[in-house]
Amino acid sequence: MSNAAFAALMAALVVVLWLAGRLVSNEYVFFAGYAVLQYILLATAWNLLGGYAGYVNFGSAAFFALGAYLSVALHKLVEAPLPVLILAGGLASGALGLVMGYLTLKLRGVFFSIATLALAIVFQAVITNWEFVGGASGAYVLRPAEGPWGGSYVEYLFYVMMVMAAAAVALARIIERSNIGYGLAAIRDDELAAETSGVPTLRLKVLATVLSGALMGMAGAPLPFYVAYLDPPSAFNLSYAVNTIAMPLVGGTRTWIGPVIGAVLLTAVQETAMVTISSASNLLLVGLLMVAFITLAPNGIVGLVADLRRRR
Amino acid sequence: MLAKNRVREDAQDMLDPLPLLNAVAAGVMLGGFYAAVALGIAIAFGLLDIPNLSHPAFVVAGAFTTWQLNSRLGLDPVAAGVVMVPLFFLLGLLIYRLYHVCFERRGEASLQGLAFFFGLLFITEVALVLAAGADYRSVTAPYIGTSLSFAGITLPERMLVPFVVSLAMIALLHQFLLRSFTGRAIQAVSQDQTALRLMGVGPTRIKSLAFGLATATAAIAGSLLIIVQPVEPSIGRDFIGRAFAAVVLGGMGSFYGMLLASIILGITESIISDMWNPSWAPAIAFGFLLPTLAFRSSGLLGRRL
Repeated sequence: MSNAAFAALMAALVVVLWLAGRLVSNEYVFFAGYAVLQYILLATAWNLLGGYAGYVNFGSAAFFALGAYLSVALHKLVEAPLPVLILAGGLASGALGLVMGYLTLKLRGVFFSIATLALAIVFQAVITNWEFVGGASGAYVLRPAEGPWGGSYVEYLFYVMMVMAAAAVALARIIERSNIGYGLAAIRDDELAAETSGVPTLRLKVLATVLSGALMGMAGAPLPFYVAYLDPPSAFNLSYAVNTIAMPLVGGTRTWIGPVIGAVLLTAVQETAMVTISSASNLLLVGLLMVAFITLAPNGIVGLVADLRRRR
Repeated sequence: MLAKNRVREDAQDMLDPLPLLNAVAAGVMLGGFYAAVALGIAIAFGLLDIPNLSHPAFVVAGAFTTWQLNSRLGLDPVAAGVVMVPLFFLLGLLIYRLYHVCFERRGEASLQGLAFFFGLLFITEVALVLAAGADYRSVTAPYIGTSLSFAGITLPERMLVPFVVSLAMIALLHQFLLRSFTGRAIQAVSQDQTALRLMGVGPTRIKSLAFGLATATAAIAGSLLIIVQPVEPSIGRDFIGRAFAAVVLGGMGSFYGMLLASIILGITESIISDMWNPSWAPAIAFGFLLPTLAFRSSGLLGRRL
């Protein structure tokens, strides 16, 4: 399928879901749907760098929370509309990716990963001390009662997140099949060989980091309206970082569909476990699933399915 | 009048070197303790090139076993840490086996290995919450709550004991690496595996031994941690940045560099906490780590990355 055809298909899917959404009157559907779509977006964003280039970003929470807190600040300052907030979050987190990338991507991947892990901690300290966005005690954001086209505001948030997730998946697929994607795959398989055969490794890695960070920032921008109360421990919750990494790894990191499968599957598992068991053991389940997949099935569900087909 | 007096007092505070000296002394103690946490990473990451992110979580697990032994059997915290060393050593052997079979041998050590240790970190943390709850735990010992003072400098023994134990542990391991055959083999494995094999030593066996030792230090570091401060399961995260910053800033593979970096970090944190705001303390490690990675990747006393 060509890129244009795929993008058209995603757009059609968005329209169909939007029409279907108009028939739904239960708020919970939009609440739950938003969470799934947000994770599809985050997992796809992480995979641009982690899956395609093999550079592990542990600081998803920092990029995500930067988008969210910038929203809080801009909303307080000028009451900017949501699309502006999303754009601002994307730009800010993209810039953060640029700085982090330039400073640490020249070294081996391990050091980039450690730096991103520390980044999340530093950011939490910054936000905790920034009184304007609520500091340690958190910020309340008044959610408008109605979306701009009627319906509840949560319904509107759901559609916005749906458009972003669809666009991110289409973007990931385009990158995967372009020279950029082949260059990133070459870096993942053997960076030295890639460098010597003329792949501009540093530039590609920085580009992937910027795109990935920007998408995470955009994912975070609507969060304050979705949760209505945002404090540092919830915005920087480790479960965001773990889920964002676990989802592509469970689904499969080499293709665009992997993070989507992982996101849908793990959110479903967690929603079920939350109801049937407890919230702590539900996180344990995600951790165990992630470790089980990386040790036993390093190519995720996509890899397992491919193996099954080959054997038949 | 009152306000004027206060201003004068503040000015005297600024000139008085004692608070600063006290902060520096506290920082040295704190840094010595950080070195105990970083020691396991200095071995696993600095020497063996295994990015063991879960080490701080193991340290917290060590703190919880110390808490159990102290509150149930009344064992001294440091002794409790020493008692747990063999168990943590075995745990380290086991984890290294798994890591080796799944990642190192397949040659997929980087991405998968990092995610593996991140998963272990998370599992350890959640398992501790499930087993012991998310509350803060602490231990009792005669040296907790008392302090030594001379020349106006006060040193809480709660910090002094971990400092001394940490230095002793580092010196002991350093001597082991320098003098024993196994220790030299561990140093050799980080430099040239093929040469080691030619000398008739299996690199895998040596590496699993070294990783076992690295994990064993978590038992003692954990007992020191719970002496220094009350502990809850997720506290380990604050030490990931600090420990890796100490190892990278000190220079990969250099124990004394790591100790020096830990102490510099401790002093900086202590001064900033005292003079400004303690909530910035966890961020300082990052302020050390990022410039080191960007501009001087060989650290203070180490080799280039």
